[in-house]
Amino acid sequence: MAILALKPERLDAGEFNDQPISICGKSFRADFSGALYWPAENALIVADLHLEKGSAFAAKGIMLPPYDTRETLTRLAEAIDRYQAATIILLGDSLHDEAGASRLTTEDRESLAILQEDREWIWITGNHDRTIAHELGGHVLDDLTVEGLTFRHEPTVGRATHEIAAHLHPAAKLSLHGYSFRRPCFVANGLRLVMPAFGTYTGGLNILDDAFYPLFGTDGMAVWMLGQEGLYPIAPRLLRPD
Amino acid sequence: MALKPQARQKTSAGPRPARVANRPGPTPVVPLLPEPFAGWFADRGWQPRAHQLALVEKAASRRSTLLIAPTGAGKTLSGFLPSLISLAARRTRANTPGRRLHTLYISPLKALAVDVARNVMAPIADMGLPIKCETRSGDTSTAKRQRQRQSPPDILMTTPEQLALLLSHEDAPFLFGALDTVILDELHTLSASKRGDLLALDLARLRRLAPGLMMIGLSATVARPAELRAYLNEQETPETHITLADVIAAPPGAAPNITILEQDEPVPWGGHSARYALATVYEAIKAHKLSLVFVNTRMQAELIFQELWRVNDAALPIALHHGSLSLEQRRKVEAAMAAGSLKAVVATSTLDLGIDWGDVDLVVNIGAPKGASRLIQRVGRANHRLDEPSKALLVPANRFEVLECRAALEAAGAGEQDAVVDRTGGLDVLAQHVLGMACSAPFRPDELFAEVRSALPYAGLTRSSFDRILDFVATGGYALRAYDRFARLRATEDGRLRLAHPNIANQYRLNVGTIVESPMIKLRLTRARVRSGGQPAGFAGGRVLGEVEEYFVEQLTPGDTFVFAGEVLRFEGMQETEAYCARSNATDPMIPSYNGGKFPLSTHLAGRVRAMIADPRSWSNLPRPVAEWLALQQEKSAIPSADEVLIETFRHGTRHHMVLYSFEGRLAHQTLGMLLTRRLDRWGAKPLGFVANDYGLSVWAASDLSALIATGRIDLARLLEEDLLGDDLDAWLAESLLMKRTFRYCAVIAGLIERRHPGREKSGRQVTMSTDLVYDVLRKHEPGHILLEAAWNDAASGLLDLRRLGQFLGRIKGRIRHQALQRVSPLSVPILLEIGKEPVARFAREDLLRDAAEDLIRSATLSDDPEPAATTKKKNMTGEKTSHGHSRSQTRAPRRGRIQ
Repeated sequence: MAILALKPERLDAGEFNDQPISICGKSFRADFSGALYWPAENALIVADLHLEKGSAFAAKGIMLPPYDTRETLTRLAEAIDRYQAATIILLGDSLHDEAGASRLTTEDRESLAILQEDREWIWITGNHDRTIAHELGGHVLDDLTVEGLTFRHEPTVGRATHEIAAHLHPAAKLSLHGYSFRRPCFVANGLRLVMPAFGTYTGGLNILDDAFYPLFGTDGMAVWMLGQEGLYPIAPRLLRPD
Repeated sequence: MALKPQARQKTSAGPRPARVANRPGPTPVVPLLPEPFAGWFADRGWQPRAHQLALVEKAASRRSTLLIAPTGAGKTLSGFLPSLISLAARRTRANTPGRRLHTLYISPLKALAVDVARNVMAPIADMGLPIKCETRSGDTSTAKRQRQRQSPPDILMTTPEQLALLLSHEDAPFLFGALDTVILDELHTLSASKRGDLLALDLARLRRLAPGLMMIGLSATVARPAELRAYLNEQETPETHITLADVIAAPPGAAPNITILEQDEPVPWGGHSARYALATVYEAIKAHKLSLVFVNTRMQAELIFQELWRVNDAALPIALHHGSLSLEQRRKVEAAMAAGSLKAVVATSTLDLGIDWGDVDLVVNIGAPKGASRLIQRVGRANHRLDEPSKALLVPANRFEVLECRAALEAAGAGEQDAVVDRTGGLDVLAQHVLGMACSAPFRPDELFAEVRSALPYAGLTRSSFDRILDFVATGGYALRAYDRFARLRATEDGRLRLAHPNIANQYRLNVGTIVESPMIKLRLTRARVRSGGQPAGFAGGRVLGEVEEYFVEQLTPGDTFVFAGEVLRFEGMQETEAYCARSNATDPMIPSYNGGKFPLSTHLAGRVRAMIADPRSWSNLPRPVAEWLALQQEKSAIPSADEVLIETFRHGTRHHMVLYSFEGRLAHQTLGMLLTRRLDRWGAKPLGFVANDYGLSVWAASDLSALIATGRIDLARLLEEDLLGDDLDAWLAESLLMKRTFRYCAVIAGLIERRHPGREKSGRQVTMSTDLVYDVLRKHEPGHILLEAAWNDAASGLLDLRRLGQFLGRIKGRIRHQALQRVSPLSVPILLEIGKEPVARFAREDLLRDAAEDLIRSATLSDDPEPAATTKKKNMTGEKTSHGHSRSQTRAPRRGRIQ
């Protein structure tokens, strides 16, 4: 017996567009797209783009719609527009595999070049892209430390601090009013942060999974889930394992 | 063949021919049966039934035939008789070369194939026929499956999925080249489904591999035999002419003895548990030898089983049987039934089809049967002999179900059956089949197109759709030709298409089939979670109890209790793909509410229920509380005539309700509810929600609906106009979870995404993306894609029941009767009672997130900056270099050289 309840109009979506997150005293704004903006440095950080994942699957015989790179770059362009960032830090696994660069369509390559124009563009390497093809431009680094904060792809195991990392594709499963669903999320504890995957065809790993335990322990974890229109801070008690 | 004659039980004897009191003299018909068959019948004092002989005759002239015979008429043996005769005759020929497969038997259920194998092997053993008969299913060992392909038995019994797999192998022409006969059991349950589509395509291929192949369809019940007859035949000129197979209809058996449970206790207004009647059901079980208690859903089975044991003072052996239980457990119950050591079995549709074990002498149907055909099918389980009427007890769980049970009873009495809906074959199924055929051998598109069109569901397939499917199979069929170099199919020089790589065949074989259940999760028994040194470790594993749907597990929180396999379990948590549960002592488990039934009320029964309500003279036959309920409705509101739809508006509490008594089944009502709330919202009536069941729906609003109707601001005729199925539907559907789920099913069947295979999954879930992402991307960038088209077609004909909703809107034009009431009407109570039974509110996900976030903000538990104090300590602990002054140009990156 289906029941539908239409909710009355409530808060403006704009209120949740981005959320403040502070890591070791540095202030960031986390964007509902999954990007992280650092006002002090005018830098935008995105993680795990996994560009050309679709074509990587196609090479294995799984013909997913070939629009993932286009979609990811469009969303990235929108996020860059929102903050007008001068520096872009890509936190690794920007390409799904190292051959991915050669599979980029001409249009996508051009879109990328336009985004890079007049911006400092920093590729941090990840386990999927240990090298980044020269022709993609930008700087290539294994990690980067700015103002005492280190940006790297794989989070340091253990209770590290001053770190902004990615790799794990954190996702949270919210359970409320008898419904539950998963969304990518930012997860942080004030000292370190793990970014959600930005790429279109990226899955997520539940932050209650054992992989997150060595990073955050069982308490002090703050979570922001990505919606279609906003970024929402969620009390950990509402989260469920898979 | 080692079966001894005494091992053969009455119920497994297969033929169930009429027992003749005095040994008959030779009759004119017996000579039709050659020896040793005539002798075998005669030895038992049996006489072949007319329809059995008729089928032998049809087979002799190689006519494909549909045999319609009621359950218990020896239908299955009839189907095999021609093959057995022909195989027995073959023995007489000397020097038969290596055996080839002679007869293929296809059944919708694995269990049915096993059961039938038992029944057919008995006469083979009795007559000492040198016929090898084997089954094949997903459970068959790899070695045996391999052997079956190299040295096939004479008769192979299997399922449609296994047939598809066999046909995808290169040796299919060898395996099926000498095939003589295909027997399709319970064809009516297969034909009108995606499984039926796939089977139809596979039959078309079999006809090509073995020209002159004969099809024998078996069906217990069918309203429109023409569809099944056409399904059996090759359609050579589908544009102009549909050919039909021959048909033989056996005379119906003795009329079933069906009663509706009526007792002094009042029938509940709503609900589906039938708890009120279980003491009476228990008495009935006591009074019979073996009872089958049928329910509509697994949850209901668990609940009824639990409740029966609660009143089981005599500790009668009552067992449980449903599809989620582990195979081992099901086999145990089946064996106990056959051995006669059970008193009752509570079962879902896993026991629904032609299987018969033991001496069932009573069938109890809990809840309404939802369709007349289903009722007859289930009742047929009792007393599997035609000359004795089968005995059944219907137990309505609520007042509407009393009416529905009555309607089903009348329909059964009148020999009426539900109509089968004709369908066009799924494009996703076609995509799967095309790849399967490519796995077997390179093909010419023209030839495959002709072959596909010879299958009834695809008779109307256009060449352009076929070509789009070919393109989909090859490269995904996208306008952006990005994947041409990865094509799975490549053209050969002589214009055929071949598989680009043998790995693709392996991929196909893992994804074959059209059953996309919501992923199943194994339930494993555990004692407790083991933790060591604060680190989460694992669960101590125990045995697997069975499987449940993923969505069921998703709603569980560790600590929740529920009933499974007749036990109260406590959910402990997930580990990889398994749910771990411990036995619980809880006496009142949290049992999630469940829908009234998987099957919506059939159109046919709905019509009868409407007619019954409309005719006050017939009420005297109803149980008193139900008759009084209808009389009260007549007094307080109105009784609609059979061709009217009644709409009531009234205020109840703070809500203004609009109740429609549309009787079109749950699916159509859900769709109607969605569409009405959207339209009312646009008209400013402030709808807040709706609830639907099989009989009607109620929409509630913040505005006074009676007043809006009285002042003409809501025009009911306009509200229910047929254009309701236009733009609103499109807009709602595109974003709906239902559409996303439908798309997922299509994507899996078509091979766009791979099936999840328990145990074969990669560890981290971050590697598997959700199909919703694929749906969103495809809808945004290529809304005309063929798979979106396939999903839309499916949703329209399936979960939305648009056809039925369209017919309803057409039927009620000018026949809307509105009653503005001061209070709740008697008829509306069962519908309103549904409110609150389901987890309330189909919230949009965004709303849920916002709710959770606002909740957090309100309670101010968000620690915005938990940094102080801890920071310095942590820095030292990790030895992190934290010297200030690093800027982008001063990083310690090893590739410093690349920095300007």
